[in-house]
Amino acid sequence: MNNMENMIGAKALMTAMEKEGVKEVFGLPGGANLPMYDEFARCNIRHILARHEQSAAHMADGFGRVSRKPGVCFATSGPGATNILTGIATAQADSAPMVAVTGQVPVAMIGKDAFQESDIIGMANPVVKYAFQPRHASEIPEVVKKGFFIAQTGRPGPVLIDIPKDVQQNEAEMVFPDEFKIPGYHPWADPDLVAVEKAIDMLLHSQKPVILAGGGTIISSAFAELQAVAEALMLPVVTTFKGKGAFPENHPLSLGPIGMHGHAEANRIMSEADCVLAIGTRFSDRSVGTFEEFEKNLKIIHMDVDPAEIGKNQTAQLAVVGDVQMNLRVMVKLLLQKAIKKTEETPWIKHVKETKAYWQENLKLHPGEMGAAKILRKLRELLPKESIITTEVGQHQMWASLFYDVIQPGTFFSSTGLGTMGWGFPAAIGAKVAKPDVPVVDIAGDGSFAMTENSLATAVLEDIPVIVFVLNNFTLGMVAQWQRTFYDRRMIGVDQGKCPDYVKLAQSYGAQGIRAQSMDELDKAIKDALSSDVATVIDIPIDPEEDVLPFVAPGTSLKDMILPS
Amino acid sequence: MWAILSILVENKPGILFKVTHLFRARNFNIDSISVGVTENPDYSKMTITTYGDEKQVDQIVKQLDKMIDTVKVEHLDEHKTVFRELSIFKIKLSNANDSMEVNKLANAYGGKVHDVKKDSLMVELTATPDQIKAFEELAKPFGIIDVARTGVAALQRSGAE
Repeated sequence: MNNMENMIGAKALMTAMEKEGVKEVFGLPGGANLPMYDEFARCNIRHILARHEQSAAHMADGFGRVSRKPGVCFATSGPGATNILTGIATAQADSAPMVAVTGQVPVAMIGKDAFQESDIIGMANPVVKYAFQPRHASEIPEVVKKGFFIAQTGRPGPVLIDIPKDVQQNEAEMVFPDEFKIPGYHPWADPDLVAVEKAIDMLLHSQKPVILAGGGTIISSAFAELQAVAEALMLPVVTTFKGKGAFPENHPLSLGPIGMHGHAEANRIMSEADCVLAIGTRFSDRSVGTFEEFEKNLKIIHMDVDPAEIGKNQTAQLAVVGDVQMNLRVMVKLLLQKAIKKTEETPWIKHVKETKAYWQENLKLHPGEMGAAKILRKLRELLPKESIITTEVGQHQMWASLFYDVIQPGTFFSSTGLGTMGWGFPAAIGAKVAKPDVPVVDIAGDGSFAMTENSLATAVLEDIPVIVFVLNNFTLGMVAQWQRTFYDRRMIGVDQGKCPDYVKLAQSYGAQGIRAQSMDELDKAIKDALSSDVATVIDIPIDPEEDVLPFVAPGTSLKDMILPS
Repeated sequence: MWAILSILVENKPGILFKVTHLFRARNFNIDSISVGVTENPDYSKMTITTYGDEKQVDQIVKQLDKMIDTVKVEHLDEHKTVFRELSIFKIKLSNANDSMEVNKLANAYGGKVHDVKKDSLMVELTATPDQIKAFEELAKPFGIIDVARTGVAALQRSGAE
């Protein structure tokens, strides 16, 4: 115990957050959180004004994924709190560290259907890692300490702190604890030496082993360890979409993401494998197709920090529970001790390389100058390797998966779990706040960008120069693709027309707007955006009929890819 | 299989909602539930019975264990556990003999008779769910007016841990 001091709850909140190292928060004020907002005038935390609470949460989410510390967002009670829920649920689905702070009506008014009252704890509980509602000002310091701890340890996730207005205003003797107890929370497990040893044995005794790296690999920054294991055992590496970029995608052993819109070579090799070292993945249906078909004839070694993921979607022959970086470190150490380092190319690796080469040469691409592959490869060519990419949700997202190679691990982020359209742009703003010195690009579609485009105001007024790269097919492209493919071209509710004009829209916010209709224009636009000190929207009109292919249709297996004809 | 889960939770408002919501959200089913504070007022103990195959029950236990408010989750072995449920039956009495017959039936199952009226009586029975079901079958011909059941409470026998 230390630092006993009398202060109001709102000040205690800011003091406790400063102690957690918070320097920036994203949010919107309202009646029920004004005591907290008033404290921003007296603390060293920068408040970044979002234009919608959902965007505030996505900004915090982007900040959290890049910094690996909880991003913080603020909203008022009632509609402010309900608006922020989509952002919270998105963070939960992708295990992103976040602390959301909402205002609430005074304690005595709770349950009375007061103005702008919502039972946000009840609504949020299913989509948060934990939710607090302190009923007395003196609880705030410990709640904040616990909240930040829960949000960033074990499998990270969002924590909600809902603070009634009178609790913010009331004065109490505050104790800022160094220690606290959460009896039921055990986020760490020691590395499992025995299981890791067995895993090595299983991989060595398999004919066609593969590594499947999921988002947990990125969350635990296990990049060097993953590469060391892959190289020592000469294992091909596929990823989930969330794990994209856990392994350098220009590495000879890299095959890229598997799944519904995975790389053809990755899906083929995954389908042929007899043993998989699955690292930090929940085996999403979008990644593995039908669960029964995926695990058929496949031995699964499942390494994950969350014991509840073991056996949830796929049956594992061997579980390695604990932080994946720690367990992979043990694996690297054991491989060194046993002097296991494969140097000769096995028939399996020869086959893997041939398969990769075949698909890279033979996958048919859109013939037009402004096809998605060419556009994204141009972006890759011009961006420094340390650039951070976020994406929206839709066709552009899957083209990014297919054609934008992540060279520096841990620089690619997307809403892969909840699939939230409108996530990428505000998340890019949060990412840029976390890492102001690297270019941050949101790869967007016109449909998704339309959902949170008003974050341009935040980017311009708060001086956060991100780049929005809009592959504009004037349609809700992925839905349109499904309607073309599965609904006999009955195109309902997908036409976005040519409105708005994103160049003019960007300019109206004071951002830079550039239209690129040829490769030369695109080249110049990207260079202009990279050298600009304001947010830039690059609008790139593309063919509305271009499909994302290969495609594994829902309810089918990875080997049943629909290929471009 | 029928599974008995013993869940030690922090004694805080809203825990019951969180646990029951977990079952709904994860597509599991609750067969019965009982909750009470333990000898330590900081903790409550929930006993939940459910049905599922081994994999499903294992997953339920893991998901419950993952909850931050749950301190300990155990899948109890039915054969090494004392488990009981309290039930109260209001039974119809149609003629003079019925009262005697129902009393005999209650005695056979270790039940207690309450609130004897001309046309009904109540039987309080603390037993296993199977025994309660058996009693219910035998009481049905008399006419069951109403029934209330508490859900199972369970404790593992000493030395069975």
